[in-house]
Amino acid sequence: MLSPIPKAFLRGCLASAPFIIVVVPFALLFGVVATEAGLNVAQVMLFSVTVFAGASQFAALQLMQEQAPVLIILATALAINLRMVMYSVAMAPHLGGARLEVRALMAYFLVDQSFAASAVEFERRPHQSLPEKVAFFFGTVAPIAPLWFGASLAGALVGEAISKDYALDFAVPITFLAICAPMLRSLPHIVAAGVSIAGALTLSFLPYGTGLLLAACLAMAAGAACEVALEKRRVR
Amino acid sequence: MIVDQATYWIVVPLLGLGTYLIRFSFLGMLGNRPLPPMMTRALRYTAVAILPGLVAPAVLWPAVTGGATDAPRLAAALVTLAVGILTRSVIGAILAGGATLYTLLWWL
Repeated sequence: MLSPIPKAFLRGCLASAPFIIVVVPFALLFGVVATEAGLNVAQVMLFSVTVFAGASQFAALQLMQEQAPVLIILATALAINLRMVMYSVAMAPHLGGARLEVRALMAYFLVDQSFAASAVEFERRPHQSLPEKVAFFFGTVAPIAPLWFGASLAGALVGEAISKDYALDFAVPITFLAICAPMLRSLPHIVAAGVSIAGALTLSFLPYGTGLLLAACLAMAAGAACEVALEKRRVR
Repeated sequence: MIVDQATYWIVVPLLGLGTYLIRFSFLGMLGNRPLPPMMTRALRYTAVAILPGLVAPAVLWPAVTGGATDAPRLAAALVTLAVGILTRSVIGAILAGGATLYTLLWWL
């Protein structure tokens, strides 16, 4: 019999194992596309290790290729990662009691997959001890992080080997559409996406990518407003 | 287009630091404080508010064709979106979109 802490760690590994199917191709693709954009293998790896957030890496890469100004690139990519404020808020009651060094390390590994798996677990078993919760969290990271880095490296090496004529300019749009499509299942999400597209196209005359940022703000507000309106209707 | 080296060396460290601080925020420093409900609500829509707008011009006016709408790319985008909505599978949508793009580029 395993003691509770290794058991919680293993439970974490199992809970995030299904995400491997998403993480590996995504990281591979990032490696390939980033190499095609002129980054060398070390630069691709530094990118994946320091930022460690796929969607914002693809977005930053695309905007860098479009020669957008640095401030706009940072604002757009960071805005994509703002959802992680929610993750941080949701994890604080469960993991906030850990030592500062441990929290600092967990913050680095707070990604979509570790958050999703941990949020489900802590809701299902809220009365575990703190060490068990911490062990579970690190368990969710164990299959994901090494594969993210490894597949980025593999993608970068493949990218250096293949020719430039594979219409890879379109890999990023396809990836983003694929990430968004499954979210378009509720009216507020559909409204937000619609406003985002309409706004970005009509405001594309604005300089330095500011049109996209403005469209994103409008889209977020539209999504939230739509959610409020739906709730009011339900109450009535 | 090729990424400018100076831009890379400014963007990557700052994006890494900023993303880390976002993750660290409540878990690391702010502790057990709830967010105002309006903010939680808006944060739910960050991804869906930015990503479609980011790709829309690239779908309709691709840079490789000099900005002219390109049938294979438009069709690939629509197939990706449709498969993603119907199957909820990110990988399935990417594969379907990629297959559409290469089939049409090869034929036309």
